[in-house]
Amino acid sequence: MSKQLATAASSSGSGTPGGSRENGRRLLLGAYFDFIRIRFLTMLAYRVNYYSGILIYTLNIGVNYFTWKAIYGDGESLGGFTGAQMTTYVAVSWMARAFYFNNLDREISTDIRDGSIAIQFIRPYNYVLVKMMQGLGEGLFRFMMLMIPGMLIAILLFPVQLPTEASAWAGFLVMLFFSFLISSQINIITGLSAFFVENNEGMMRMKRVVVDLFSGLIVPITLFPDWLSSVLKVLPFQAITYLPGSVFTGRVQGVGIWNVLGIQVIWFLILLVPIVWLNHAARQRLFVQGG
Amino acid sequence: MYYLDLLIEYLKNYMKTRLTYRADFWVEVISDLLFQATNFIFILVIFMHTDSLGGWNQNEVVFVYGFFMVPFGVFSCFVNMWGFSERYIVKGEMDRILTRPAHNLFQIFLENVDPPSLVGSFIGLIVMAISGSNLGLPFEWWTLPMLIILTLSAVAIYTGIYTTLTSLSFYSDAPTGILPLMYNIQTYGRYPVTIYNRAIQVLLTWIIPFAFVGIYPAALFLHRDEMRGMALLTPIVGVVFLSIGLMAWSFGVKRYKGAGS
Repeated sequence: MSKQLATAASSSGSGTPGGSRENGRRLLLGAYFDFIRIRFLTMLAYRVNYYSGILIYTLNIGVNYFTWKAIYGDGESLGGFTGAQMTTYVAVSWMARAFYFNNLDREISTDIRDGSIAIQFIRPYNYVLVKMMQGLGEGLFRFMMLMIPGMLIAILLFPVQLPTEASAWAGFLVMLFFSFLISSQINIITGLSAFFVENNEGMMRMKRVVVDLFSGLIVPITLFPDWLSSVLKVLPFQAITYLPGSVFTGRVQGVGIWNVLGIQVIWFLILLVPIVWLNHAARQRLFVQGG
Repeated sequence: MYYLDLLIEYLKNYMKTRLTYRADFWVEVISDLLFQATNFIFILVIFMHTDSLGGWNQNEVVFVYGFFMVPFGVFSCFVNMWGFSERYIVKGEMDRILTRPAHNLFQIFLENVDPPSLVGSFIGLIVMAISGSNLGLPFEWWTLPMLIILTLSAVAIYTGIYTTLTSLSFYSDAPTGILPLMYNIQTYGRYPVTIYNRAIQVLLTWIIPFAFVGIYPAALFLHRDEMRGMALLTPIVGVVFLSIGLMAWSFGVKRYKGAGS
């Protein structure tokens, strides 16, 4: 099924053959766009699998909601979060995860371990950029088929307070996109590390746990002990969940939204450095195991 | 006896491959421990902001957490079906499994033994000992036998649930994303289920019974009488879910037609 889609999409993507540089660039851009489209269509073909995902994400929200409710007891606020804000935060954080989560790390390390990366490297495109595009296609699917329906269910089941100001909505959506970019960048770095450690299964697991905990998904950053939350404020993980969640719950408003968005942009730029470096170093180091 | 010999041979083999990739072994142990540590941090953070979680104090919740680690470590060591669909169905490895003399499910377990996971079980025992002595729990004559019985029952529950879910890959060739999400949900069996609403309680008790791998059996050692009945029910739940898993599996294997190539 996915093969058919792939051939169908690639035949439509190759336009008129042109010799000029300009034309070649346009073709390459079209190819990148097709990677988004193909992944989206592939995911769409398997959409039934993701219906269970909606249930499971809703269950995650439910369990966390009741756990926090028990923790609050009769208390008014914890770490600056009111009970209502916490409910909203939990719901939007899990649903954001439903969107930005992908397995690029696993895909890349599989390519490296079975040697197919060698073929990918000689193709006339940038491997990392292609992975990013595939991640974007998957994200697009997850946004429409997982996050939006999941959020609707969460709003029905739990007392979630949606932001009333347009700036919060706009800020949140832009920041959500950066969450995706930063999370995917971390995945790509983890995946490319397979070039250097051969078996990076442990690193991938570690990354998953660290991102879930330190991004503020399981515990909002302000609830950690002071020393830990001050450490986490200088790490990229908070940019994935905590910062967009703060905007959505209205804890950050007005000009503050520009500030937290700025933090995300800075992390996006900083994380480009190790990716470019790893990609370069990997080409020097590439040796195919078995193959 | 034959299966025990096989197991020993595979463990030997495992050690040999691991000695080639020594660094991997330690990376895996450390990443397992980090995984446990992060969950532990969650509990510590919770109790920085409250004294009790649904009537359970910090030492009790930590004790339940320690118990939870014991069967989970044993399960991850001997029953590891991570990536079954990609590795065995998509790549056609299942054909090879079916030609082996050992039972096919057992053969798959053998090929994926993962001894580093047992480190988690030992740490769980230590966590139980420390929080247990903080609570002044008495060490009764039945403590050790019950610990073994309940651990085995919990392993049976895990095996049943994950075998059932894995055998779904015989019916649909798509990579299912359910398993990793299940790993998230099982951790909810560690907290007092009474804090959840009725629907989630029923779900965690009777449908995907993760409460039976954590809070219920651990309650027995904590002398929490309100859950004693549930704790003693653990072996029965284990048998039931293991049977469901094995049935789903053998039904799936019968339907298996090979992936070509």
